[in-house]
Amino acid sequence: MSSVPIKDFEYLDHTADAKFRAYGKSLAEAFENAALAMLNVMVDTGSVNTISSIEVELSSPDTESLLFDWLSEILFVFEVEEMVFGRVRVNELIVGDDECSLQATLFGEAIDLSVHVFDTEVKAATYNDMKIENVDGGWMLQATVDT
Amino acid sequence: MSHENASLVSDILTKVNDYTWEVPGNFKPGMNVPGRIFVSKPLLDILEAETIDQVANVASLPGIQKYSMAMPDAHLGYGFPIGGVAAFDKHTGVISPGGVGFDINCGVRMIRSDLSEADVRPKLAELLDALFDAIPSGVGSKSRIRVNDKELDDIFIHGVRWAVDNGYGVEADISHCESNGTMPGANPSSVSVKARKRGRPQIGTLGSGNHFLEVQYVDKVYDEDAARVFGLKEGQVTFMIHCGSRGAGHQICTDHLQVLSQASKKYRIDLPDKQLACAPAESEEAQDYFKAMVCAANYAWVNRQVIMHWAREVFDNFFQAEHGELGLDLVYDVAHNVAKLEKHIIDGNEREVYVHRKGATRAFPAGHPEVPEDYRAIGQPVIIPGSMGTASYVLKGSPAAMELTFGSACHGAGRVMSRKSAKHELRGEEIQKKLKSQGIIVKATQPSLIAEEAPEVYKSSSDVVDVVHNLGIATKVARVLPMGVVKG
Repeated sequence: MSSVPIKDFEYLDHTADAKFRAYGKSLAEAFENAALAMLNVMVDTGSVNTISSIEVELSSPDTESLLFDWLSEILFVFEVEEMVFGRVRVNELIVGDDECSLQATLFGEAIDLSVHVFDTEVKAATYNDMKIENVDGGWMLQATVDT
Repeated sequence: MSHENASLVSDILTKVNDYTWEVPGNFKPGMNVPGRIFVSKPLLDILEAETIDQVANVASLPGIQKYSMAMPDAHLGYGFPIGGVAAFDKHTGVISPGGVGFDINCGVRMIRSDLSEADVRPKLAELLDALFDAIPSGVGSKSRIRVNDKELDDIFIHGVRWAVDNGYGVEADISHCESNGTMPGANPSSVSVKARKRGRPQIGTLGSGNHFLEVQYVDKVYDEDAARVFGLKEGQVTFMIHCGSRGAGHQICTDHLQVLSQASKKYRIDLPDKQLACAPAESEEAQDYFKAMVCAANYAWVNRQVIMHWAREVFDNFFQAEHGELGLDLVYDVAHNVAKLEKHIIDGNEREVYVHRKGATRAFPAGHPEVPEDYRAIGQPVIIPGSMGTASYVLKGSPAAMELTFGSACHGAGRVMSRKSAKHELRGEEIQKKLKSQGIIVKATQPSLIAEEAPEVYKSSSDVVDVVHNLGIATKVARVLPMGVVKG
């Protein structure tokens, strides 16, 4: 069994889209890092002031659906609230037999094109080659986003 | 691409002819039909082995007819390959959002003019500035139009008809859009509140990624008769718009993918990749998705129509012309991410099938009732955009497409380099400079966006189009070269 690397996330090569692996000691931490991996495709999260926040609550039938919903929800909030995020905190993540849920806080600020340098626009999360694996000492999430 | 990959790919595939390679039906367990990949040997050598896997995965979906196909520009997608075409029986088949993609009815339209290259070249930079100012582009771009929920419903149901009735364009534009810019069967109540929220502020926006507005000129005519009917001649300026259904389409796909992912389990469909989520075509879940997909498709036609309208205004103002004086007529508008219920001959019988085109263009021949009346003696214009800085092509659909590819052709050049590698290896400013030395001006909100869409990132559009032409599924009418690009 492989162990959790020290890095939070890494990108894999994919011709059309952005594919990444995110790691965490807990599933909640891995979900936080998956969000950051996706956000960094769009903008350097280090350039974002985390001065305001938005609460997110989700429930899905299983962990894969929850990861898909989580990434999709962040894209939705980014677009309709016109906010960019630099930090995320998963406050609670519950894995049940027929339902999984999470409650999280996204920290960021209003989009300001004079400050935020946008890179590739992420259109959507996908289920393509999605993996959620319990590795020695933590979790590994793999996802592909459509760009 | 490595030699190792090339040998791996040709080990798997069986050659049918110079432009057709078969993925044997026993390549992967569960395949219902073989796969067919339409490429030349050089294009085959740069095909990723995983793309073949994706063609095989699609072949395992229930009710698939004839072959799981990949067009000459095929490359690795998510679930379906990009360049994938698959037809599923109306009764025994499935509908899959993954076979359409997130950018529902991403497509391209071409507009002709009576301007010559010499009229435009000296003022090109100023013209591009004016277009860049008039048409919102880039991440998070918002429109000058704000529609309310009632208007959004009308857009979902009526498509381009809504735009023309509201002053964005002229009556003649309608018949020059695939499906007259309005697919029937839209049901706005299948569209979520979230998708509506994203859709309201984005009518008339290019978006980002590989979307663009390009000013071009016709450099070569191959088929004089067809070119005359399409209104094209050498030396003439044209422009092209490439974009889709923006956030509304992305959200509609996201919402229904989640529903169909659960439905696949309910109907016990074995999925080799969860992104192939689908449901029996006649099921409530599949029909609900289809009716929402139609809403997004109609939205996308309105989006391109409004952008074209504003671009026409820019041209008229810039050249101080009266409306209509510059001959800015829509040549045609094609969808390249969509599923449609069409009639095709299978085993000698006419059957209704849901044709999924994921990065593929419809290419109907002369005489087909869906080809506009004024083009019916020629065939449907098939518009194939090149990558930034390279040639685009206009072709005409041909009867061979009905026999070989469910009336489909390629949709572009097809990527060979990931966005990540592109940005690592290429610098936007240098590409901009290099293109400028070739007389091509590029305007973008961010230089990195130029790197990820640089010509080096794509296969050669000429190689891809040659395969389509040589196979005879669509034949070359004209080639256009870029003069200036406004990038999303």
